[in-house]
Amino acid sequence: MAILIDEKTKIIVQGFTGKIGSFHAGEMIKYGSNIVGGVTPGKGGQTHLGLPVFNTVKEAVKNTGASASVLFVPPAFAADSAMEAADAGIKICVAITDGIPSHDMIKIKRYMRRYSKSEKMTLIGPNCAGVISPGKALLGIMPGHIYKEGNVGIIGRSGTLGYEAAQQLKDLGIGISTSVGIGGDPINGSSFKDIIEIFEKDKNTEIILMIGEIGGPQEVAAGQFAKENMSKPVVAYIAGLTAPKGRVMGHAGAIVSAFGESAVEKVQLLEECGVIIAKNPSIMGDTVMQVLNGKRN
Amino acid sequence: MDIHEYQAKKILSSFGVKIPRGGIAYSPENAENKAREIGGSKWVVKAQIHSGARGKAGGVIFCNSALEVAQATDTLLGKKLVTNQTGPEGKIVNRVYIEEATEIRKELYLGLVFDRSSECIMVVASTEGGMSVEEISQEKPDSIIRSKIEAAVGMQKFQAREIAFGLGIKPELISRTEEAIIGCYRAFSELDAIMVEVNPLVISEQEQILALDCKMSFDNNALFRRNQISELRDKTQENVNEVYASDRGLNYVSLDGNIGNIINGAGLAMASMDMIKLAGGEPANFLDVGGGATPEKIVKAFKLILMDKKVKVILVNIFAGINRCDWVAEGIIQALQKIDINMPLVIRLAGTNVEKGNKILKESKINYIEATTLADAANKAVKALKDLTK
Repeated sequence: MAILIDEKTKIIVQGFTGKIGSFHAGEMIKYGSNIVGGVTPGKGGQTHLGLPVFNTVKEAVKNTGASASVLFVPPAFAADSAMEAADAGIKICVAITDGIPSHDMIKIKRYMRRYSKSEKMTLIGPNCAGVISPGKALLGIMPGHIYKEGNVGIIGRSGTLGYEAAQQLKDLGIGISTSVGIGGDPINGSSFKDIIEIFEKDKNTEIILMIGEIGGPQEVAAGQFAKENMSKPVVAYIAGLTAPKGRVMGHAGAIVSAFGESAVEKVQLLEECGVIIAKNPSIMGDTVMQVLNGKRN
Repeated sequence: MDIHEYQAKKILSSFGVKIPRGGIAYSPENAENKAREIGGSKWVVKAQIHSGARGKAGGVIFCNSALEVAQATDTLLGKKLVTNQTGPEGKIVNRVYIEEATEIRKELYLGLVFDRSSECIMVVASTEGGMSVEEISQEKPDSIIRSKIEAAVGMQKFQAREIAFGLGIKPELISRTEEAIIGCYRAFSELDAIMVEVNPLVISEQEQILALDCKMSFDNNALFRRNQISELRDKTQENVNEVYASDRGLNYVSLDGNIGNIINGAGLAMASMDMIKLAGGEPANFLDVGGGATPEKIVKAFKLILMDKKVKVILVNIFAGINRCDWVAEGIIQALQKIDINMPLVIRLAGTNVEKGNKILKESKINYIEATTLADAANKAVKALKDLTK
């Protein structure tokens, strides 16, 4: 078991025939993801990477039965594509695109409120590395081979820092159930809390590693949720100890603008919620191992 | 992206918010003419820099004659103004805004930002205008009115009216205040702003509701569809190295330390800086060359780091995913053939083909210190720095 995706999940690629879409679609297929086609408006009827191309997401869903999509559409058109996916009945959409305006993200989220809970799409990202259920499926741009199959659930904002964590775990012989990149933007599809809630219900996830950073309320909100609702241990690392206040640190959302948004404050608030803190990024793997050992003993 | 006060006011005015009469000037002569054109007998000369708290730093001068306006302009132009928001290096004044002086009855605060918890636009207002919002929330928290606006529906008149009544505005002035609040909201929502702050919004002795000062900041991700806003960018107000970086697609923030670092990915970059700090050093910068870490980006990154004269040691930390370590290593070697860095260099590679990458680096003639883990990289960079000062 894993969360969100597995080897059976039928996936379409939005922005399929573009350079980036083509490259990563190829990588996902190599990993074993069940890619069933793609969407590029105006190129419907063509075949790309041996798979059918459709003009609209609705056509793609109708013809392939896809329930997941991954989006490589340029920023100016990405919001439109995400809403198209939601309306076509896609259940999980990963938006890789970096640079979607915040006002557009608000619009997407408001748009998705028209669907009932059971029909509503889960949007992951944007500006993220995607989702991987090791050994099963990749719906994103991660290097698959650094992820070992196992029982740690990872959620993080950053791509490469997430890879760092996966590698540390692999070096210790620890595997991952699913790793979810929620992206570095201030307004995103799924929050830390949304994902830990899913991990709590997953039988194969024993422990959760949350890789957060400065800015915004999401890490602490997840900590509070964990305190009140979760049985599984949560380990967290928060990046940005040296980040000055009021400056954007690469990710549009990585900016300290209010109390509780700096790394030091977040760590303190998370500790109050009973979250176990990895004091530095070099020991994310070790901290998870210690908790696992303590739990098993 | 930030813009100047006079630009922000012009925008507000186009959305129906009243502002005092004023004009921009680039020379004392220019300023004197502007003052005469505006008319009246009292003016304010305001330094245009991307910072608030200009008054306390001597950037706002009250004048009683057109001649004084010229003198004040002469004093301000070319000066570096240091406020509590600019950092010690200050910001240069290249233009001043000449404005008719306003007789103020009451100063209010009005700010709009995104609220990340509710994912709505949050309007913050207070009767304590003139103070910073941080000061207000510390000293007069009870004076703060908050109103969440659902962006898809937009601000309703009743919401603006509630804020206006909440500010204690008398009934005759409610509709004017409403117009000002809705105008600010429309500017925020229609131009992809991420912050609009009118501080103070004033009630004048003539019972006008006027935006006396305004700060606006825009979503960089939305500039592709806001040409008129992009044109307002003033690079003289930004850090030289940061402008160099952003023009070349690098994410860079200049800091005070002396260990320069080149990292791929924003999260890993912050994490590496944290490690430097924990190892007893201070990072000179945040620099994300992008997940891919292409050879071109690495060359540009080295050039950028070397522009910062504080840098004594360079730390390169690349986690190669789809791009492989061997390819990244080739990129680093290419960069170092073009640039003489002449200082200790610590390189940590991780991820795909790490052994191959390290082998390529070792067999090349470059002079560097190899590191394995994040902690090892930071410790070696700090040690290299200490060895320099021995």
